[in-house]
Amino acid sequence: MEINIILAGVGGQGILTIAAVIDMAALQSGLTVRQAEVHGMSQRGGAVQSHLRIADREIYSDLIAEGTANLILSVEPLEALRYLPFLAAEGRMVTSTDPFINMAGYPTMEAILVELHRTGQPVLVNAAELAREAGSVRTSNMIMLGAAAPFTGLAPEALEAAIGRLFQAKGADIVEMNIRAFRRGKLLSQQQATAI
Amino acid sequence: MNKQLLLGAEAIALGALDAGISGVYAYPGTPSTEITEYIQKQRGSGTHAVRSAWSTNEKTACEAALGMSYAGKRSLVCMKHVGLNVAADAFINSAITGVNGGLVIAVADDPSMHSSQNEQDSRVYGKFAMVPLLEPSSQQDLYLATREAFDLSESLKLPVLLRITTRLAHSRSGVKESAARPENELHSIYAPERFVLMPHNARRQYQHLLDLQPELERRSETSWLNRLVPGTGPLGVLAFGIAFNYVMEVRRQHGLDFPVLQIGQYPLPRKKIEALFSQCDSVLVAEEGYPVYEELLRGFFGGRNIRGRLDGALPRTGELNADSLSRALGLAKKEVLTVPDIVVNRPPELCKGCGHRDLYEALTTVMNLQEEHHVFSDIGCYTLGALPPFNAIHTCVDMGASITMAKGAADAGLRPAVAVIGDSTFTHSGMTGLLDAVNDRTPICVIISDNDTTAMTGGQNSAANGSRILAICRGLGVEENHIRTIVPLKSHLAENIAVLSEEIAYDGVSVVIAERECIESAARKKRNPAAKA
Repeated sequence: MEINIILAGVGGQGILTIAAVIDMAALQSGLTVRQAEVHGMSQRGGAVQSHLRIADREIYSDLIAEGTANLILSVEPLEALRYLPFLAAEGRMVTSTDPFINMAGYPTMEAILVELHRTGQPVLVNAAELAREAGSVRTSNMIMLGAAAPFTGLAPEALEAAIGRLFQAKGADIVEMNIRAFRRGKLLSQQQATAI
Repeated sequence: MNKQLLLGAEAIALGALDAGISGVYAYPGTPSTEITEYIQKQRGSGTHAVRSAWSTNEKTACEAALGMSYAGKRSLVCMKHVGLNVAADAFINSAITGVNGGLVIAVADDPSMHSSQNEQDSRVYGKFAMVPLLEPSSQQDLYLATREAFDLSESLKLPVLLRITTRLAHSRSGVKESAARPENELHSIYAPERFVLMPHNARRQYQHLLDLQPELERRSETSWLNRLVPGTGPLGVLAFGIAFNYVMEVRRQHGLDFPVLQIGQYPLPRKKIEALFSQCDSVLVAEEGYPVYEELLRGFFGGRNIRGRLDGALPRTGELNADSLSRALGLAKKEVLTVPDIVVNRPPELCKGCGHRDLYEALTTVMNLQEEHHVFSDIGCYTLGALPPFNAIHTCVDMGASITMAKGAADAGLRPAVAVIGDSTFTHSGMTGLLDAVNDRTPICVIISDNDTTAMTGGQNSAANGSRILAICRGLGVEENHIRTIVPLKSHLAENIAVLSEEIAYDGVSVVIAERECIESAARKKRNPAAKA
């Protein structure tokens, strides 16, 4: 197997937390991982992305080739579109619908949605709202991970175990809240799949 | 041992720790910073009591590491590619003196200039200094090669350059650790014939370095970092560093079988390269960086059987990827979705609430009243002041150049000549330029935006801040009543405009220190009070 995931967002939104969970789950599942990320200047509120590759054999390239991403997981709707050339023909788009506007010329949400729908069956997630329901807006990244979980090639149990390990130091309550968020996102993804 | 998920930069750090280093010397710079940070995090663990505080700049780092090597211990130096320009004097001459304890200089290049002002290729420096250079292509190989680099350094008595690029530095993968080697004992050597580089010694040492070159090439011929992936067909690929990864990705994805010679240790293994060229009709040279060796292999009159960055098979600039290699190998471009027109750029920006914002608000107010409003700036978060809405600065060239360029422009007659520099950049390379200005009594106004940290690279300790910066300026001879301190806050705007106006108008050297903690590091401290004091 080989799964290629583009994680997208704005510097400071914490896409590397999502990456860390997936990395850990993949490694614990005995798979090979390569995950390229952005450090430095772009982290200051600029567009950031991470190329995450999982396989059951050696992975050569740290970067995903165009047209070969099985999943774009974006925590910001406009950023989701920035990486469309990477998406494979059968690849899936999972994105938050909460815009992060820190520049001029940000398009309308309607225009963004039109473009998102060019990807077939995008999973659209009102992440902040669901995160608040799960207990804190800070869990929105775990909502997003949950929504994308069915397309990662990883068992949900492995992802939940990784969430547990990642948030362990912050106490049982925080772990529980993040797992609740993960499950809420996963449920939404399943609901959208059956609705189609 | 289990695999750990490490950035390439961290794999170097772990390799160096397990190779028994006694010290790491570095100045932060993307994409090299995480090497030193990893070692600093391990410091408290008890197993590695490694000296690891940040150096003032790359030159002091390189020299201190050479001193540790002189004393018999192993040391690591880390920097970004442009840092090696700063350290070049120490680095080039350390190849002439040679080393005692193992000395490895890890340099992270930034092709595509993700966070840099150029994409210079440190392999040129390796050739220039005539030292062995290692360029592994995976995180695991980086770990192993870093360990071996120290052995290589001690066996040849030469410094070893370890080159990585952004993509490997900032990509994670599983790394398997092996048993750590203990540190070297202290064993300083009296060897003035090597280390006193007066001409009579330097000539002999340089000849020795030249005499060593065949041995360096022999090491490259047998190095596991220079490995052939056998194959068939008229085309061969010579893949340098992580270009190997992209070549192999395409080769597997398309079920191709061309031979690939990976180069991960320099100087070039002549015999292995000759073997590839004699097997193939043409060779694609793929280098992650400048076409340094493509140019050499083509020769002055241009080899007709060589393809690469110089004939347009690969792009002349920027980092490589599987897509550029696919095209170079003549594979049809895949039909893919395009980026919609509505996707506008999202450039980086100064954080909301950042003190640099308030400084620039005051400064642009003052400068907009001037006929000439040039502001010479420097390298750090405050460089983002070049972008809207501030458009406040007009130069950013190299560490420290704000002060000296302002000085030169003032010498030419420009009034006012204003410089903006951060605390860490000031101690890195700004202080000496300020001394030049004081000695010349040049009319410049130097604004030191002191946020108490090296912020752009993630908040490393600065070499000096607050009262020490004040003391440095006094010590360099700036007049007491023209060293002013302001607090860049909205509530101080009127006062700050007044101070800046006065000092910019002063016909001599003035310094305005805008002092307010970086909001990111303040937030970090709040989250984790035990972190960086």
